[in-house]
Amino acid sequence: MLYRHGFGRVLGASANAGVFFVLCLLGTAAFASEVSALLPPIPPGKGESCVEPTDIMRRDHMKFLLHQRDETVRGGIRGAKHSLVGCIGCHVQRDAKGDAIPVNAEGQFCESCHGFAGVRMDCFECHAAVPASGQTPAAFSKRMFPLAASAGAAASPGAE
Amino acid sequence: MSDGKKILADQSRRRFLAKAGVAVAAGIASGVRIIGFPDARAATDPVTGARRWGMLIDADKCATGCNACVQACDDEHGIKGHGRPQTDAQWIRKVTLRDRASGRETSLPLMCQHCEKPPCVDVCPTGASFRRADGVVLVDKHTCIGCRYCMLACPYKARSFIHEDVTDQKPWSPRGKGTVESCNLCVHRIDEGKGRIPACAEACEREGHRAILFGDLNDPASDIAKARAEQESRELRADLGLNTGVRYQNL
Amino acid sequence: MATAGNMTDTTGFTVIEGRSAGFYALTAGLAALIAAGLWAAHTMDAEGHRVTGMTNQIVWGIPHVFAVFLIVTASGALNAASLSSVMGRTRYAPYARLSGLLAIALLIGGLAIITLDLGRPDRLVVALTHFNMKSVFAWNVFLYTGFLVLAALYLWTLMERRMSRRTKPVGVVLLVWRLTLTTATGLIFGVLVAREAYDAALMAPLFIAMSLAFGTAAFLLLLIAAFDWTGRSMDDAAVQDLKRMLVVFVTIVVYFVVLFHGVKLYAAGYQGIERFLLVDGGIVTHLFWWGQIAAGSLVPLWLMLWGRTGASRFWITVAATLVLIGGLVQVYVIVIGGQAYPLLIFPGKEIIESSFYDGVVNTYRPSLPETLLALGGVAAALLVVVLSMRILEFLPQSRKSD
Repeated sequence: MLYRHGFGRVLGASANAGVFFVLCLLGTAAFASEVSALLPPIPPGKGESCVEPTDIMRRDHMKFLLHQRDETVRGGIRGAKHSLVGCIGCHVQRDAKGDAIPVNAEGQFCESCHGFAGVRMDCFECHAAVPASGQTPAAFSKRMFPLAASAGAAASPGAE
Repeated sequence: MSDGKKILADQSRRRFLAKAGVAVAAGIASGVRIIGFPDARAATDPVTGARRWGMLIDADKCATGCNACVQACDDEHGIKGHGRPQTDAQWIRKVTLRDRASGRETSLPLMCQHCEKPPCVDVCPTGASFRRADGVVLVDKHTCIGCRYCMLACPYKARSFIHEDVTDQKPWSPRGKGTVESCNLCVHRIDEGKGRIPACAEACEREGHRAILFGDLNDPASDIAKARAEQESRELRADLGLNTGVRYQNL
Repeated sequence: MATAGNMTDTTGFTVIEGRSAGFYALTAGLAALIAAGLWAAHTMDAEGHRVTGMTNQIVWGIPHVFAVFLIVTASGALNAASLSSVMGRTRYAPYARLSGLLAIALLIGGLAIITLDLGRPDRLVVALTHFNMKSVFAWNVFLYTGFLVLAALYLWTLMERRMSRRTKPVGVVLLVWRLTLTTATGLIFGVLVAREAYDAALMAPLFIAMSLAFGTAAFLLLLIAAFDWTGRSMDDAAVQDLKRMLVVFVTIVVYFVVLFHGVKLYAAGYQGIERFLLVDGGIVTHLFWWGQIAAGSLVPLWLMLWGRTGASRFWITVAATLVLIGGLVQVYVIVIGGQAYPLLIFPGKEIIESSFYDGVVNTYRPSLPETLLALGGVAAALLVVVLSMRILEFLPQSRKSD
């Protein structure tokens, strides 16, 4: 578990270093024409690209989330670039019936790296790991984040 | 937002919202700041003290035996009962009272009173229990350590502690084991800025009782401000001087 | 077998031998209790607090009762240290180390219980890095950790010859610190304006009086046990002195209890809560009168003051034990009794129906996990004492033998 402050920062920094190293391996694999069988496959998200470049996101996604959560909870800002709901909306996979698979399930977006790197996630103790049911990701995005959606980013939020 | 459709009973309000929604969308699409509401907040700006959200509850209009507000809150936030009433969370509850002097019976919904000077905020060691700039008192569950001191401090016993694992959370209402929670005036709804109101108020409207009125206390043109000016209302435990955002009439 | 003799002689310190069957049995028993406590904490964390008897009505239970009791006693256990290092009562100088050790151990036990009972104990780091400085709990984070550091520093000045000059200044700071700590512990409840049973600044001096009484009783028991079980005999004059102090402290506690309830009885608005606590609160009332007043205050006072029993080491031990049990009951009445009484949200109205237990007296039935957690904390405190005495030189022994 990565904490922001104090003693946790030391632990978090070491864990970050470990994760970074592993993700570097994954990064190099991504540039290879075929992904190494040793590294976990990460399900692709919707649209052209993520809201941040991949290497920045790999390293700093917790920083973004930790900052955004305060803006949302204390400032009431919703639908921002780094919202957790936005992540899930794009990166959730659907099964054969079209139902969303929780992003922290085995092999899914969050768990594939976190399980591999051995870093426990706290998020989904409280947060839903699927988008709101009955809504496609795009429609959900548009409803929850009208500003982001109207900036022409309904299909690929992050065109900035 | 939820699986079922929430139908606004009040047709005029729906028309107004539709018009306002169009205006908002037009304003956004043209890159202009939202002009549909006075003092409207852009979704990228943090909340300010310009608004103060509050509720006005008319005990006379509240129907004894009706549980629509409680049901709506449970549905909205994914609160499930586990058959353990002593530990199951309740954000809003119905209370039936009898006046000792006159014998008159009333019922009313009781939830977090969203005080201006909340005792729960004073006692929270980590600052997780806090009052947002626009008057909503809530728990930042990222920082809550589950010590339950705020539950001791609340004069209205508004807070609940989650005693078991939570599953199938609503994406707009994260809840988890080991943290404390209470009515948050459906901030996920009111932050949308489309004139949405808390689920309990909406349900009461739908049932036709209209006992729960929600709005901006700082806006003299709002329905709630006008209702408060027309008829006396009072706080619960007014002796504590908390200046609650939720007030009651005909209590 | 060496007797302590005149303890104002030059005193050396020794470790306890730690080879007897009794030592191993004691250590093993305490370790087993700690293991049970850890299992309980894990269960509470994994399953959630639904496995405990604590509810949305009674949010603090047995773990908090024990934790508050241990913390209050920890502060008072430093009495001998304050007497010798600050007030120059050299009679207590040989016991100052044990006094500091007991204080540290009891506080560790209390903190262990309270942190393991948190809904999110994995977020302890958050509690240590995010502070709302208006919260008494936040002050306590600093006060409790500072107390541990200062008490350890104090022990160092006692045990390191070159630091002996610093004993008095550190002792003074420690005395002020522990009075502040106990005040803040009392104010945990004292600032709760919502509840009639609390909401009183008087809870601060009440808690200080409680700490003096419980701490002295605990320290007395520790001394008697430490000497008896290592084949020594505790200096009788010191025992009598401590006994006399205990009499004074228990009397001061009774004074504050009478004052606290008496003033609340005087006010019309508090009739309800006082009636509940003193008359018809069921188990809370029984515990108050039989546990706190009779067994915890009146009987020990009588035992200690009456000539025949007051001179007997056995009866003094019984009296000190009763003071501690009565103290635990007193904290129970404060913590649980204050929560059992319903909040007066609607004065002048009778609550006919509520789905959230408004207007009714709340019941509390402790479950196994929370009881084991509490006992595990006590065992942790005792094990710290026992092992420290085995490893470091805490036990006074006279250099003279007769």
